[in-house]
Amino acid sequence: MTVIGVDRDPIARTLTIVAEFDKPAERVWQVWADPRQLERWWGPPTYPATVVDHDLSEGGRVTYYMTGPNGEKLHAWWRITSVDPPRSLTFEEGNAGDSGPNDDPPTTSIKVRLVETPEKTTMTITCKFAPTADKAVPGAGTESGMRLAVGQIDAILATTTVS
Amino acid sequence: MVVDRTATEERHVDLIFRALADRTRRDVIRRAMSGALSVSGLARLYPMSTTAVQKHVAVLEEAGLVHLTRRGRRLLVQTEIDTVAEAQVLLSEFERLWRDRLDRIGDLLAQPENGDR
Repeated sequence: MTVIGVDRDPIARTLTIVAEFDKPAERVWQVWADPRQLERWWGPPTYPATVVDHDLSEGGRVTYYMTGPNGEKLHAWWRITSVDPPRSLTFEEGNAGDSGPNDDPPTTSIKVRLVETPEKTTMTITCKFAPTADKAVPGAGTESGMRLAVGQIDAILATTTVS
Repeated sequence: MVVDRTATEERHVDLIFRALADRTRRDVIRRAMSGALSVSGLARLYPMSTTAVQKHVAVLEEAGLVHLTRRGRRLLVQTEIDTVAEAQVLLSEFERLWRDRLDRIGDLLAQPENGDR
């Protein structure tokens, strides 16, 4: 596996990451389509994932939890928005608490695209993050945000060469 | 790559790129980070009319890159830096997460399995 490209776009709130695998697309697709394979890579080793429901059809749900080192369980879900095996998969990801929804991390929409060439398969993953709901809180974290942003905006402005 | 982007999102990205495509507007974003610049103050920095600068600022506002505050007779321009900074931190974390996941997928695919190769 080789990561061949990463694009972070803080204004559009997207992360795009492109990786190559020396396997056919049908094989790479299985890491998404087979819940037992999905469990082997989705969660970090300290938070392994257990997939409960796995309906990879349009409108279908995937539910899973990750078990932490102290036995705590983090529940989450996907809602499949489109699927075209073995080429593309798009879904929304959200977090669920033990007793109803919580609002900790933002909801993400994820797009997976596989392109097969004779020797390899390229997988492009695009994550688009929902805006944080409470950004109107004045003052909170603004100063550190400002320091971060200055360099970032410079970088954006320097590299955005739209003619 | 355009499979599921909604029309609204697509339009917003278009707006941002249109906004950033212009040199004057990029300069306004840099200068307006402090938030203390008025539209008329900006107009003095560029060889163009206040109306022309107002149009540039309106394009930036429509793209969500600046917001405007009225202070008496002055219209102050401020870059939306919080949004940019939050997004940047988030993106770094998610990049690490996904790099780790891709590593694990690579390991998984490298293992012989049910003779599927």
